[in-house]
Amino acid sequence: MTAQRKGALAFLAVAVALALARNILPAALMRPADWLVWPFADWLNAAFSFAQNDLGLMAVTRFAASGIEFLLDVTGNLFYGKNRWPHLGPLPWTTFAVTAGCVAYALAGWRLALFSAGTFVWIAVMGQWEWAMQTLSVILIAAPITFLIGLGLGILAWRAPLFERLLNPFLNIAQSLPQFAYMIPVVVFVGVGPKAGAITTIVFALPPMIRMTVLGLKKVPENVVESGLMSGATRWQMLTRVRLPTARNDILVGVNQVIMQCLAMVVLTSFIGMPGLGQKLLQLMQSLKIGLSFEIGVTIVLIAVTLDRISRAWAVLQPRHFERGTPWHRRHRVFVIWAGLMALALLLASLNPWFSQIARADAFSVAKPIDAAVDILIRLVDPVSQWLRWFLITWVLIPFRDGLLWLPFTTVLCLLMALGYAIGGARSALVCLGFFGLIAMTGWWDRAMITVYTVIVAVALAALMGFPLGIWGARSESRAKRVLLVCDTLQTFPSFIYLIPVIMLFGVNDVAVVGAVVLFAAVPLVRYTIEGVRGVSAELVEAASMAGADRRQLLWKVQLPMALPTIMVGVNQSVMFSLFMVIIAAFIGTQDLGQEMQRALSTTDVGKGLVLGLAVAFMGQMVDHLVTRWSEGRLQALGLETPKGT
Amino acid sequence: MSDAQPVISCRNVWKLYGPKPAAYFAGRTAAGSFEDIRRDGYIAAVRDVSLDIARGEMLVVMGLSGSGKSTLVRCMSRLIDITGGTVLVEGADIAKMDERALIDLRRRKMGMVFQSFGLLPHRTVLDNVAFPLEMRGQDRHTRRERALEVIELVGLKGREDYFPRELSGGQQQRVGIARSLAIEPDIWFLDEPFSALDPLIRREMQDEFLRLKQMLGKTSVFITHDFDEALRLADRIAIMKDGAIEQCDTPDQIVMHPATPYVAKFTEAIEKSRVIRARALARPGVAEGQALAADATLHELARQIASDARALIPVSEADGRMLGLLDRAAALDILFGASA
Ligand SMILES: Nc1ncnc2c1ncn2[C@@H]1O[C@H](COP(=O)(O)OP(=O)(O)O)[C@@H](O)[C@H]1O
Ligand SMILES: [Mg+2]
Repeated sequence: MTAQRKGALAFLAVAVALALARNILPAALMRPADWLVWPFADWLNAAFSFAQNDLGLMAVTRFAASGIEFLLDVTGNLFYGKNRWPHLGPLPWTTFAVTAGCVAYALAGWRLALFSAGTFVWIAVMGQWEWAMQTLSVILIAAPITFLIGLGLGILAWRAPLFERLLNPFLNIAQSLPQFAYMIPVVVFVGVGPKAGAITTIVFALPPMIRMTVLGLKKVPENVVESGLMSGATRWQMLTRVRLPTARNDILVGVNQVIMQCLAMVVLTSFIGMPGLGQKLLQLMQSLKIGLSFEIGVTIVLIAVTLDRISRAWAVLQPRHFERGTPWHRRHRVFVIWAGLMALALLLASLNPWFSQIARADAFSVAKPIDAAVDILIRLVDPVSQWLRWFLITWVLIPFRDGLLWLPFTTVLCLLMALGYAIGGARSALVCLGFFGLIAMTGWWDRAMITVYTVIVAVALAALMGFPLGIWGARSESRAKRVLLVCDTLQTFPSFIYLIPVIMLFGVNDVAVVGAVVLFAAVPLVRYTIEGVRGVSAELVEAASMAGADRRQLLWKVQLPMALPTIMVGVNQSVMFSLFMVIIAAFIGTQDLGQEMQRALSTTDVGKGLVLGLAVAFMGQMVDHLVTRWSEGRLQALGLETPKGT
Repeated sequence: MSDAQPVISCRNVWKLYGPKPAAYFAGRTAAGSFEDIRRDGYIAAVRDVSLDIARGEMLVVMGLSGSGKSTLVRCMSRLIDITGGTVLVEGADIAKMDERALIDLRRRKMGMVFQSFGLLPHRTVLDNVAFPLEMRGQDRHTRRERALEVIELVGLKGREDYFPRELSGGQQQRVGIARSLAIEPDIWFLDEPFSALDPLIRREMQDEFLRLKQMLGKTSVFITHDFDEALRLADRIAIMKDGAIEQCDTPDQIVMHPATPYVAKFTEAIEKSRVIRARALARPGVAEGQALAADATLHELARQIASDARALIPVSEADGRMLGLLDRAAALDILFGASA
């Protein structure tokens, strides 16, 4: 028996003993005692008020915010006619459709051009122009600012390894911090409204940009660097003319992520008074207007897919040359087409106002038929969904939740340490203790357990759906491609969107929350299962087939074990997504950390919000640590023969 | 600057990789072997190398992968800082140059070709070739003129607007060569320029290279792991093993008199008559009659030597000057294998 296993068993035994002795346990072992609960929130609040009042940080942030506000006013005027300088707008909707179509055509061809232009036609015709433009006008400002700041920090991190090492833990935490945790400090420092929305969005979307910049710069081939040096480039020339252009594709992948994060966040910042599609959706969902919510949902999805495909096409675009002597208008064909279409659009807009602005009264709506259809659907599936709801609540959710709450917190800690020990030895056990010990010290133990239970149930259900679907999807190359495309597309949707169908089906309750989380969390599972199974080397599969394995044996004995490390990456992501979603879904009504987060948001309690956010981040970090350790061990075992007697 | 002064001169150059190379090197007592150093946790990528490269000379550095060739050539341009010894370029110690001087040296004097081309993917052929000129701050027009000139020189006329991705491997390396020649460098470094190419293309590129070399007459350091390639191109060959130079001599001498068993192993499989030139076998003496061309290989002269009945055949330079006499028996031994 290995030391690792012994340690794990020891902690397991302690955990069981603690649980069995529950009734005679001193209170301090049941729930964190008062001396163990530290007032982190108060400390953070003190720190923030110090920064705000004594350091005068407030003046700085307000100043920066006013700069951003000016930019937002400009786009606001052009996009939806906000009464600000330059007083030109609003531009006719047709010009947007034409521009989007031409950009998409230049980058990716006809089909995306039609899709992109179609998106704007849909928005205009459905009478959502102003909301959509409110949202887009913020993205158009936030994304470039994020890009510039992220690029700058990324270059710094690449240049100074010490800075990178300092930055990395922050980025890790930042990427697992729920979106709401970002909003509260912003509300304190800059207030509410579009500028707060833009700033939250910028901060939230920054980490992936930094990461991709560092990655891209590190990946520049040594040969290219040397050829630059031998050409006599100075440091500055090396950076601007050799390294950055060569890292272009990775940096553009970062840009794609920035844009998608921006969209997801802008929709969510409706909670801090950011007008636009998100706010409309929030209101409609809260008043259960399913048809109208659905329309807005479609718009958000269309925008997401358009932005994603366009920016991705840009990222993979390779330069192509023109034959010598190609005339100017052929070289810039798309530009010429665009100019022509713009002129046409402006002409039409001046002839008939319908081509400029479509009043809400003239707009189409499919809300009524959708409402009717949903009614019929709900009546049809109602017995099933009612039963499912009843079953889930009475037999899964409540017992599991009560069970988790029944356990002494020391049992939970010991169980986690046992898990840590089994996976990564003493160090991992300590990491688990550290993360969850800190959660215990925040004083939000019960709430945290409710979050944990929701996530566990959701990921388990997601796995029940996701794994079989993934295995089915991996059966053939072409099917895998199609399913992966669907997964890709689903992953571009802002998390908010996933709430629409579950609220439609289950109404506003716990089951809807779990349902949304399950949907959201199943996507990475399907995706990585397919990638894992398809990634098993063809040679190995052939060898196993020649050894006489049938399809079932092949799957269980060869493909799945080999694919497991990749699948675990999916599990990791799935847990992360679930944590985010649980917190977002809180406004439907849950009793977990998310609900407290909503309260902290409405009272702008920075300290509390950050503590809650960090508690969620720690859960994510712990899972991330365990999965990473486990995969490393697993890969090593698959790579070499496991050395005996270690 | 006299022609006698070597263009590049390496004196006891060392390059160690490891945790604290400088301290380790300073504290070293005896000149340890590669293995001794490795046991101490360091890799001696270049080990006590001394050599001079004369103006206009073509030195080929040959060795197996990992023998330290790339490191050595990078020490000569200070892409890598050396651990010990000195490197003089035209008499100046490059380790003592500041960044400006170094950049200036590279901009004016050095050109380098890389194994995996090292082209900038986002620039056209023209812009890639003009890149070193752009770094020098030349204006767009002159840049373009000069770049077009070298592009024509390497036979890529008409492809100026292509991007590297749109070219074959051989064409990409032509761009690399053109770029390295754009500033008219005095010193030309080539780090396994043809190793990534298919055998047929490689042959073609070697011919092309010989043509350029004839035309430009630059001082060059050419790296290869292919002994045949070395023999084809070199004025002198330096054979490296474990960071040290085993032997540095003309191809004739290496083939005829390998200095170490390691070098001998390379020469064994070589058809010596295709390497050894009449010049190498000529001994002092005078004779009349039909002479052999000094620069022709024995293989090229085989028919002539076989049909000439004289025991000592005269050898003459291209300008007709008498060089000496060639021992027919020795030549036949090389041609047909020594009669045991
Ligand atoms: N940056 C480095 N760090 C550590 N070892 C290196 C580094 N670069 C090269 N080496 C080692 O130095 C030796 C010589 O490498 P190199 O000069 O690239 O050989 P070659 O070009 O002849 O194949 C090799 O053993 C290699 O592993
Ligand atoms: Mg090399």
